Amino acid sequence: MSLSISRLMGLLMLCLLLGFAFLLPLIDRGDPLEQDLLRILHAPSSGSLLGFDHLGRDMLPRLSAALRLSLGLAALCVMSAMMAGVVTGVFSAVYGGWLDRLISLLGDMCLALPGLLLVLLLAAIAPDSPGMLWLGISLVLWVEFFRVTRATLRPIVHAPGMQASRLLGFSAFYRFRRHLWPALAPILMTLILFSFSSAIMAVSALGFISVGVRPPTPELGLMMTELLPFAWEAPWLLLQPVTALFLLLISLNLLMHKERK
Amino acid sequence: MMIKLLGWRLAQAVFVVLAVGLLTWFLVQALPGDMAWRIASGRYGYDRVDASAVARVQQELSGSLQQGSALLHWLYDLLQFNFGRSLVSGEPVMDELRWQLSQTLALAGTSLLLTILLTLPLGIWAGCHANGKLDRALFWLSALLKSVPHFALGMLLIVLLALQLDWLPSAGHGELRHFLLPSLTLALSLTAVGVRVVREATYQVVTSGYYRWGAQKGLAPATRLRRHGVRNLASPVLTWFGMQFVWLVEGVVVVETLFAWPGMGHALVHAIFARDVPVIQASAMALGLLFVLLNMLVDAGCYLLDPRGARA
Repeated sequence: MSLSISRLMGLLMLCLLLGFAFLLPLIDRGDPLEQDLLRILHAPSSGSLLGFDHLGRDMLPRLSAALRLSLGLAALCVMSAMMAGVVTGVFSAVYGGWLDRLISLLGDMCLALPGLLLVLLLAAIAPDSPGMLWLGISLVLWVEFFRVTRATLRPIVHAPGMQASRLLGFSAFYRFRRHLWPALAPILMTLILFSFSSAIMAVSALGFISVGVRPPTPELGLMMTELLPFAWEAPWLLLQPVTALFLLLISLNLLMHKERK
Repeated sequence: MMIKLLGWRLAQAVFVVLAVGLLTWFLVQALPGDMAWRIASGRYGYDRVDASAVARVQQELSGSLQQGSALLHWLYDLLQFNFGRSLVSGEPVMDELRWQLSQTLALAGTSLLLTILLTLPLGIWAGCHANGKLDRALFWLSALLKSVPHFALGMLLIVLLALQLDWLPSAGHGELRHFLLPSLTLALSLTAVGVRVVREATYQVVTSGYYRWGAQKGLAPATRLRRHGVRNLASPVLTWFGMQFVWLVEGVVVVETLFAWPGMGHALVHAIFARDVPVIQASAMALGLLFVLLNMLVDAGCYLLDPRGARA
């Protein structure tokens, strides 16, 4: 895979954001929850690069912690969704029959409700638990992995190459690695990026309507809601989480970007 | 084909009822803390709630909760749209729902209309003049806009148009101008992707053999687009619009919360805070069923446009 300019830019931006999220705590030992009430709504200065929020908390460690949460939770969701989706997809494509129909039905059930609604209801069952967010988002995301895997592998399962492999007595694992995986891998990459950005959006949308994680946990969407009332006095504060989210999403979009014909 | 599609949508509607029923059932079972306190404080305000108010709420609850403790009974009630009364306001949920539904539909309808008004002319123009200035500008604009989630976009619009320029009210309801910001938020996010879809579809049609044959016959460009372009365009574009309903329902929940729009999404989010189970049930189910119904309409529309059914 050759890297086009836009992909390279996306990769660079994503690495910078990852560095900001995961390497900053090693250098800077700021506490995202510590308050300094004398410095409420302070503008950025040389002491604190991003300023202080309405409760006197330093924005730099807060933003870093929020990104860490978004990236971490989204990665976890995508990973579990991919595992579940690919495994069920492979079984569905290879064995077919009632197993295929059962899993497809399960997938359709998960998508009967719009995704956010399902996550909202799950979040209502156990408020303030990232576990429920994880479960809800994974439940929505796995279906896409399942459908794509199944649709990609179905023609290959019945292709002569695969049948020959079976007749020659190669193991199931070998057949998967030799025939199925090479067809699946390139498609999975796009799907992972796409799911990753929808997971990030879902987490912050839920934070924004205060149903996801609860204060004082720093989270991008939640920070926007908290800082919106201060948009007049301190617009730079509101812009920080918005910019962070924007950069994160655009870096993923750039990575997904196909060359224009 | 048609029957099969409709049957599938009906099955989906049953799934919606089952999913909402089961999830709210677990919700009631798993609620931590004292429900009566939360409902009482939702009713009287956090500052004015006292033990006697809580006792009153508890008395009301003991009746309704014991009866509903059988899961089948619970689902049966749902199937009859028998939601009962809101635990916070005490009003029958159906009455509130009817009003909220009309508000949500008005908002979603305006946004869809605005999206169509934005995407179709821009997308068709860009597709007819591929790689022109407008096409390239739209490409980058939609790439940028796609990376701004709807809630952030709504907030930026509030800050820009309502706070800085003071052109539009940031919240409020009842007049036409109150529609503008929320529906613009939804419409812009939809347009970001929609313009590309319309452009691609137009491009496919314009470069196809039958379209060039129209030119050879000597049809004027406008006639050609009307007679040979629009219908062929319509099927993929309508399918795309159909797929956006998931997105629209999700967007409505978030945007209504942001702009304090008195619709179902707003009601749902606030019911989740106040643990108002009947309202959660009713609004989640209404949103879910609305989603299925809209999909059904799109299926039917696609079928009418292109009876071959290949794309549906």
